[in-house]
Amino acid sequence: MAKEHSYTINFGPQHPAAHGVLRLLITLEGETVQSIDPHIGLLHRGTEKLMEHKTYLQSGGYFDRFCYVSMMANEHAYVMALEKMLAIKVPERAEYIRVLFAEITRLMNHLIWLGAYGLDLGAMSVFLYCFRDRDDLLAMYEAASGARMHANYFRVGGVWRDLPHTMPKYQSSSWKSKKKLADLNADRQGSLLDFIESFIERFPGRIDDYETLLTDNRIWKQRTQGVGVVSKERAMSLGFTGHMLRSTGVAWDLRKTQPYSVYDKLTFDVPVGVNGDCYDRYIIRIAEMRESVKIMKQCVDWLREHPGPILADAPKVVPPSRDHMKDNMEAMIHHFKLHTEGFSLPRGEVYSAVEHPKGEFGVYIVSDGANMPYRIKVRAAGFPHLAAISELCKGHLLADVVTILSSLDIVLGEVDR
Amino acid sequence: MLMIFIYALCILIPLVVAVAYLTTLERKIIGYMQLRVGPNRVGFGGMLQPIADAIKFVTKELVYPEHADGLLYYLSPLLLLVPSLTAWAVIPFSESWVLADIDAGLLFVFAMTSLGSYGVLLAGWASNSKYAMLGSMRSCAQIISYEIAMGFALVGVILLADSLNLQKIVYAQAGGILHWNWLPLFPMFIVYWICAVAETNRAPFDVAEGESELVAGFHVEYSGMLFATFFIAEYANMIFISVFTSTLFFGGWLSPFEGIPYISTWFSWVPGIIWLAGKSSFFVFLYLWMRATFPRYRYDQLMMLGWKTLIPISLAWIPFISAMKLWGWV
Repeated sequence: MAKEHSYTINFGPQHPAAHGVLRLLITLEGETVQSIDPHIGLLHRGTEKLMEHKTYLQSGGYFDRFCYVSMMANEHAYVMALEKMLAIKVPERAEYIRVLFAEITRLMNHLIWLGAYGLDLGAMSVFLYCFRDRDDLLAMYEAASGARMHANYFRVGGVWRDLPHTMPKYQSSSWKSKKKLADLNADRQGSLLDFIESFIERFPGRIDDYETLLTDNRIWKQRTQGVGVVSKERAMSLGFTGHMLRSTGVAWDLRKTQPYSVYDKLTFDVPVGVNGDCYDRYIIRIAEMRESVKIMKQCVDWLREHPGPILADAPKVVPPSRDHMKDNMEAMIHHFKLHTEGFSLPRGEVYSAVEHPKGEFGVYIVSDGANMPYRIKVRAAGFPHLAAISELCKGHLLADVVTILSSLDIVLGEVDR
Repeated sequence: MLMIFIYALCILIPLVVAVAYLTTLERKIIGYMQLRVGPNRVGFGGMLQPIADAIKFVTKELVYPEHADGLLYYLSPLLLLVPSLTAWAVIPFSESWVLADIDAGLLFVFAMTSLGSYGVLLAGWASNSKYAMLGSMRSCAQIISYEIAMGFALVGVILLADSLNLQKIVYAQAGGILHWNWLPLFPMFIVYWICAVAETNRAPFDVAEGESELVAGFHVEYSGMLFATFFIAEYANMIFISVFTSTLFFGGWLSPFEGIPYISTWFSWVPGIIWLAGKSSFFVFLYLWMRATFPRYRYDQLMMLGWKTLIPISLAWIPFISAMKLWGWV
């Protein structure tokens, strides 16, 4: 009888560390991983196909749901693709608002990632600390767009509306004492920009707290250093982007290498790693959070001094103002036409990519001149990262699979689409 | 015979209550450490939470996995629970309160805590599940290797007390806080504490449960009251190790103010069990604190720590403490 050396275990889709509905078939020899076969598609919703039957305006909401932890970053790629095709010039204030929210989104994504990474390695408290700070970021989303997650705030030609002058406040209730209520509303007295500014002041200290718990922790280092190492050449040929590529030492950040929006007017650094292991990915992301705070600060300062329009002057694409619609028949008809029939893109194709928190997030649209895309393809950053998991995990222990999977930062919403 | 039974109940009933409330306390303490509130719905401030948990556990269905080994599957929770309760027999709670004042007390405790690994091993094996099997294999390797370091660490205690009897070990530490074993045996105490945490399968050494990789490890297939039995055993073990640590290294039921003029007489009315409970509570808290702070070790790193760091340290300290004893320095 042939002697069996290996056996398979089924990891997920209900596994606590499977990050959504990922299923891995892991071939083990003892506890050493021989190969991993990722089974994706459990969250496939056919979004790309659905968008072929929706007007361009209606499809915007789908983009929030690709990578559902960095919503506005996805929207950014989409609206940029449409604007490129329509040759619309976006007002500068709108660009700054977009960059501000793109960085808020980056923080949001990195905080969830850091929390989940800590939780997967057993550091439970980090998870809850990260969610505390993420809640403030969600409040910013809510104040600007009205939705805490699926914002649909970036529109073709700008953003949905200007930043509000007041922050919504907590209401009094029987389970909040006066003092607690005052604490909760303390930094909500001014405008949204004031709220963001108070966050910018407090957040670097919070990052220091997380670093105290993790960065120099011996267990944390032992668990992450030298785990999931990928070389520079291999990372490039595997199609890695974002922190996975930068951890190997390649300073590839679309915000610097192919500047879009107003990133060329802002000063920030691109942190790169050396070893390409899980620890470098962690260090890079911590540094990226600090850089994002710097960018946010610059945006807030600029936005305070430069009021102006937030939507482009392009009546065929941008809906008329609410006031105008109330007493102008043509504006009313225009609004109706825009939101039913939509607008048409010229015949052709376009690709636009942003530096999504997870890597390069691209949108490729083929238009046949109609008001719906002929074909739309989303280039998700997580997909090539997940595809390499077998190579990254080979020879490591079962516990390292969790570490590596977590460090990839995949979201099945964008992998499965 | 009847009296022994009553004495045993006098230990076990408060112990089970303590276990029940330790689960709530853990959720509360870790909750506050993590900016949460913890359970606060059942009873005043969550005081009835363990009772609600118990009702839930009792009413849940006992799931029996296909092709599991019936006898061992139902037996193994007990194999874990019984030794963890039996070990309490030799603990001296105060000057006169000790159920079994046997000479080989320390050895008995050692035997009982080691027996628990059978429960873990058989639970994983009998469940017929790969995750449970991996968990129990890890746990066994861990318990066996940490037992060695722990044993060596305790040799120091035995040397200093000239006895294996726990009551005598306590008496040997009489004379105030500086006479307790933690000071001359400080590296041994640290080694012992790390081993003890590993022995009870608690964070950061909970690789046998390994929540994020093995889901729940050896008890992944258990439900209802069988699952609860594992938990009672784990928490009883935690409390036991805390009490045991206080007894061996922190003077057991002795007053910390002994030997200090005036203060020691002011506190002379306090019964020894209060001191013991106070010292043990600190170690229980330490368990929870560690759980809220540290990431989990990887299985091979855990073994490396045990064999390459802890065993050499404790081995090196034994000749040192023997020499000190020989020349009468301690």
